[in-house]
Amino acid sequence: MIAFDSVAYSYGGAELLSEVSLRLAPGSFHFLTGPSGSGKSTFLKLCYAELRPTAGRISIFDRDVRSLGRDDIARTRRRIGIVHQDCQFLDHLPLAANVALPLTVTGRDTSVQDLSDLLAWVGLGHLADALPPSLSGGERQRAALARAVIIAPDVILADEPTGNVDWEMSLRLLSLLVELNRMGKTILVATHDLTLIRTVKQQIAARVLRIRNQRIQLAGADL
Amino acid sequence: MTGVPGTALRQANRVVPPSGPSAWLTTLTSAAMAFLAVFALALALASGRLAARWTEGLANSATIRISAPADQMARQTQAVLDLLATTPGVASARAMTDEQQRKLLEPWFGPDLPLDTLPIPRLIEVTQDGAGYDGEGLRLRLAAEAPGAILDDHTRWRVPLAVAAGRLRILGLASVVLIVGTMAAMITLAANAALASNAQVIRVLRLVGARDAFIARAFVRRFTLRALSGAAIGTALGMLAVAALPSADAAGGFLTGLGFQGAGWLWPLALPPLAAVVAFVTTRIAAFGKLRKVM
Repeated sequence: MIAFDSVAYSYGGAELLSEVSLRLAPGSFHFLTGPSGSGKSTFLKLCYAELRPTAGRISIFDRDVRSLGRDDIARTRRRIGIVHQDCQFLDHLPLAANVALPLTVTGRDTSVQDLSDLLAWVGLGHLADALPPSLSGGERQRAALARAVIIAPDVILADEPTGNVDWEMSLRLLSLLVELNRMGKTILVATHDLTLIRTVKQQIAARVLRIRNQRIQLAGADL
Repeated sequence: MTGVPGTALRQANRVVPPSGPSAWLTTLTSAAMAFLAVFALALALASGRLAARWTEGLANSATIRISAPADQMARQTQAVLDLLATTPGVASARAMTDEQQRKLLEPWFGPDLPLDTLPIPRLIEVTQDGAGYDGEGLRLRLAAEAPGAILDDHTRWRVPLAVAAGRLRILGLASVVLIVGTMAAMITLAANAALASNAQVIRVLRLVGARDAFIARAFVRRFTLRALSGAAIGTALGMLAVAALPSADAAGGFLTGLGFQGAGWLWPLALPPLAAVVAFVTTRIAAFGKLRKVM
């Protein structure tokens, strides 16, 4: 799905990531952990081509990122569901329209029933007409997840999806991601919450990647 | 579910927030520019008509002025008329009466002009036919038959006036071009402002897989419609203002002839579509330029 080969990324002269080589296999579940500012968000942005590597090679769906034009990147993102850390929405549109946005931008439509089912799945069925600013942190995170999955993506990338919610809501969000993984989706979740990672690892065989000294390594029993 | 997702989906087509200062700026600019363009167009068309009238209409006429002592005036006038009657290319010749000459001079000297006590030259109006006459030959014959007669074929003042009218026409058309250019610049500024204030919207749209063409279309459509509606309002007001100007027939003169005649009224109707095309092109260029900076 997504492969990194000796990737490095520098910004303003400082190297944020170095010699990163890994592969997100189809149907896999990965956590990415590390302290704040360690480069988790940067890694995710490299995964959906918002950033380009300063060295090395990234392949997304077997295509070198460097060879992707702007329209190619847009098409690639239609296969990647992104749950952003700050849950970016169009604040002037109701929740249902925001969730359906990935379909709207591709000229596709969805049935009212499917959209209702999706909103119900994330527990937001009663908030279809609500505007994003009126939603709580947890509701926004779940709405972002619904938006990420509405296009039936192959990969879901979540950047600190539980950052603004309580423990109970965190577990609920992660259980949705686990459910998606069991449906065959490739999942990568960036989080610094190790307790959450340990809890989820009891349910599924998730791999944990850790950023340390600009490098990404597989975490072992010391987690 | 209590919400109405169907309605929400339709709203999703309005991915760009509906209002903002750029909306009014675009509409107002288009209206003002279209209003001015109507006047520039009216100026260009009126100048064109004037130039045509001076070049074509007056080119077919000439005036012979006879300055002679009072006792020779009648004889020389008759000699000139006889000569003109036998001159090839002259369609008609008519000596103006005292009354006609008084009316000609009235605007400058008032109604009580004592024409009989002043050495006013006699004027003969000459109209040429399609082939025209030999001006130089006529001048020589006049010198021989009536020494006080001078042929004035209007070239001396007609040519500079026609040139001036022609330049006025170019000035009018250049004004239209400048107005359109200014409108393009203003719409570009407004579009850039709108794109900058909607940077977050653009980022979200890119994040969910929108192509540049989709995002640009949302802005282009909006600005095109604003420019079209603004220009339509400006054009309508401009045409009403031009229609309200005094008519040429009533007052005469150049300024009162400023306006549209006949099919000329159709020209301003091209301004709203032109504004829409300008907005479409400029917003599209601005949008794609801005989007290239967003991954």
